[in-house]
Amino acid sequence: MAVDITLSVNGVPYPLTVDPHASLLHTVRGDVGLTGSKEGCDDSECGACMMLVDGRPVNACSYLAVQADGSDVTTVEGLSDGETLAPLQEAFLTRGGVQCGFCTPGMLVSATALLDRTPNPSEDEIRTAVSGNLCRCTGYDGIVKAIAAVAAERAAQG
Amino acid sequence: MSTATSMTTSASSRTYVEARDVASAVAAMSAGARPIAGGTDLVVGARHGKAPLPAALVGIHRIPGLSDVAATDGGGLRIGALVTHATLVADPAVLAAYPGLADASAIVGSHATRANGTLGGNVMNSSPAMDTGAPLLCHGGVAVLVGPAGERRVALADLWTGPGRSTAAPDELLVAVELDGPPADGASGSSYVRLQYRRQMEIAIVGAGAVVTLGADGTVTDAKVAITALAPVIHRVAEAEAALVGTDGGFEAARAAGAAAAAAARPISDVRGSADYRRAMAAVITRRAVLTAVRRARGESVPVPASDTTFGS
Repeated sequence: MAVDITLSVNGVPYPLTVDPHASLLHTVRGDVGLTGSKEGCDDSECGACMMLVDGRPVNACSYLAVQADGSDVTTVEGLSDGETLAPLQEAFLTRGGVQCGFCTPGMLVSATALLDRTPNPSEDEIRTAVSGNLCRCTGYDGIVKAIAAVAAERAAQG
Repeated sequence: MSTATSMTTSASSRTYVEARDVASAVAAMSAGARPIAGGTDLVVGARHGKAPLPAALVGIHRIPGLSDVAATDGGGLRIGALVTHATLVADPAVLAAYPGLADASAIVGSHATRANGTLGGNVMNSSPAMDTGAPLLCHGGVAVLVGPAGERRVALADLWTGPGRSTAAPDELLVAVELDGPPADGASGSSYVRLQYRRQMEIAIVGAGAVVTLGADGTVTDAKVAITALAPVIHRVAEAEAALVGTDGGFEAARAAGAAAAAAARPISDVRGSADYRRAMAAVITRRAVLTAVRRARGESVPVPASDTTFGS
């Protein structure tokens, strides 16, 4: 039996009717129409689907949309300010953190969650945080450096 | 409803309600619904094809009062069933007196798993490989279950009966796990160490937990040792504990405890390791867990998670 829910995605409320078993990922991609979040493994292994739910990093492929009823959901589309990229997005571009781009939305969301909780992470903490986000192109080096650069910039700005 | 045998359920037969309190969750479970909190086992298991998602689900993730970590009157700790691994790793009371539990929660899945996965889900999933099981057993863990007839308390050793199986009834909801406090006399330390091929996104190949208490002269006065992924259930090893009590807690004593753990192990062979390899590693990992607990009991600092830094000991 379909269930009526309201998802607040990147600050916009969406009243939706969803199957109880529908994933948050399929609901946001299919019903809300935001396709930035990717489906990789559909198994909580690769992290390409990662979103923030009330600030927590969530593998949206394995999270039921009904459980996010009333929650604030942030996807990669919500990180920028209109056409102005977030510092993490700029850093990924300038430091070689993006190649094919498929892991990038989940990486950016994962890194956002890390910096929200740990503003000045060590390289080890960065690598731990993105270990649930698989990248087959970059070798991770550019990604780790991009996240570290943003943390350092923020620290310098106080 | 034939959900146990079919891989999928028809959309029209699926139901979801969100419980506002324990009573409404138990009522839904009595009517056949399965509880879901973080979904990191239930939904991921369904994605794997391990078991289909139950047709009737009751969301318990927002029930008030189940997300607290609090001291008990008896000097122990009560951990609400909805407390996440991320919360446990950052909790000052856990880090101070139950570092073995922090060792375990710090290495469950990825940071997304830890942000959503709950201790209650970990316990009720009854996996013989789950990381928090050994430290919970060593700290005297008791499950607090609420069913239609009220509340009952079950020692974790009496809760788990096999992989994915427990003595909890389908309409009993785990609301908390309670742990013993440290002994009044002596200095205690705890640890959990697992054999892992990678540091994150891993499941224990072999694991061991230990709680060691030292008297004023440094002699081991009490020891608890439990082994993970080495039998159908996580369990304590009395022979390993006996090998430690009365010793100085040094390498030879830890080695003897490890040998006892290996002797008690009944491992399986699977994709992550053969039974022979697991048995051999049971000795090593148990030894490391014991030595780590002893170091902490002596007041030495061993960073959480211990698994990442105890190679070679």
